[in-house]
Amino acid sequence: MKASQVVTRRNAIIAAGAALGGALVLRRWGAVELPPTYGHLLRIGDAFTYGAQRALLSHRSLAQEYTRGDICSFPATGTYNPAAMPNEKNSSAYRRDQQNGFADWRISVEGLVARPGSFSLADLKRLPARTQITRHVCEEGWSAIGEWTGAQLSRLLDAVGLLPAARIVNFHSIDEWTDGIDLIDAFHPQTILAYGMNGRDLPVPHGAPVRLRVETQVGYKSMKYLTRIVVTDSLAYLEKAGVFKSGWSWHAGI
Amino acid sequence: MKLKSFSIQSEPEILPIAEGQEPIANAPFNSERHSPWVKWSHWIIAISFFALAFSGYVILMCHPRLYWGQAGNDLTPALIELPISRNYKHNGWTNEVAFSAAADSPRTASRTYDIFNQNSWGRSLHFLAAWVLLGAGFLYLLYGVASGHIRRNLLSGAGAAESATVREDLLEHLRLKVRSPTGGPQYGRLQRLTYAIVVLVLLPLTGATGLAMSPAITASVPFLSSVFRGHQSARTIHFFLFVALMIFVFVHIVMVIRSGFRKQMRAMTWGQKG
Repeated sequence: MKASQVVTRRNAIIAAGAALGGALVLRRWGAVELPPTYGHLLRIGDAFTYGAQRALLSHRSLAQEYTRGDICSFPATGTYNPAAMPNEKNSSAYRRDQQNGFADWRISVEGLVARPGSFSLADLKRLPARTQITRHVCEEGWSAIGEWTGAQLSRLLDAVGLLPAARIVNFHSIDEWTDGIDLIDAFHPQTILAYGMNGRDLPVPHGAPVRLRVETQVGYKSMKYLTRIVVTDSLAYLEKAGVFKSGWSWHAGI
Repeated sequence: MKLKSFSIQSEPEILPIAEGQEPIANAPFNSERHSPWVKWSHWIIAISFFALAFSGYVILMCHPRLYWGQAGNDLTPALIELPISRNYKHNGWTNEVAFSAAADSPRTASRTYDIFNQNSWGRSLHFLAAWVLLGAGFLYLLYGVASGHIRRNLLSGAGAAESATVREDLLEHLRLKVRSPTGGPQYGRLQRLTYAIVVLVLLPLTGATGLAMSPAITASVPFLSSVFRGHQSARTIHFFLFVALMIFVFVHIVMVIRSGFRKQMRAMTWGQKG
């Protein structure tokens, strides 16, 4: 029939267009490792979101920055006071650090780097500082605007020198959480190791002495109470730790 | 999504046969049937819509407060508080501490309450279903524009002259007077208008407000955030669009049942006869 021929030809055109579009997207994805799904159906959507965002979005665009007048009240959630954790070894270490104003606190940078080392709070403050008033978007649904001051993560990574195999930057905290970001987020200009909040030292509930700020991701990627940064070549470590183990998506997407 | 009853009309409706297209020989009353594209996209969108509605509700239960503007949280005033989970007004907070000595200083407090939070799978299901709906919706629109389905069956009769018949049609619907189904896309006046609004306004706006909540996407496309007046406004609009779509789905199902459930289901699946 005439009508069905029209539909068939149209089908062919659409199918060809979809295949071409898909191939172009996949070609760009090839540059980026997709997060694993572990056979979990739901994670397929997250992997697709990650691939689409990396293929379609600008990697350097800044998240909106606000003025001092926009700063609003800011709840502290998702973490417990590290000075009163069940792990007494970590807790007492944190209390000691807290008592002397984190003067002995150090963050180590290791893994696939040319010059592994550890840095004190004073070392981080010697790196050029960036202050940004940004919106924290929590996966729970709330948001808050705060001012953050810290060293750009890219400066620290440049200082230690990434090896060519480096792909993922993992963060470890004193409350034994682990999460990681890819190099696109790690080298984003607004990705900072924040030691100041709203013009003062970072308060304990918000991650003292140093927390991560990743302004292009939902809040839980901005880890608090950092102790260690490990550069790796894959997401393999994260499978066994922190974010994945608790059932959370590595790339929360939206 | 493409099926609903027909209202009683004073004059017989001219059957929409495209120019140059032969009437399908086997169809009774010379009427056009739902095309396979419409049927497939209808059911794929229906399934993904229910997955989105369910997971969206679970996500909302985690923080059942809505705000207007760029930001909003438990320490700022809410526009609406929904009593839909144990998180509703839980008050599990330490004493508030000011960030500075100023009288109007923003404050902080730590949460001490173990909130309901199933977002680990809820968000992933939401986005997976959104991808499926986006794919099916895109193919539906592509077909709808290419075949003239949207122009002929959804947008024809748009305009001021039609508002009187839409009003009549609405009154007939409110009296629950419904015509039996024709098994094809010969929609009634009110039905056409409703489908056009759902397909061309509500669903795209729901997607756009969803994207406007993403830190990565709004960094690349700041317009998305500003057009909806900020992250929390987008979230609130997203919620009310969800309510509107749920009302549509409810009325849609009621009309399908009222106008002849078996006939309608046959017409939207493998049936050839209305």
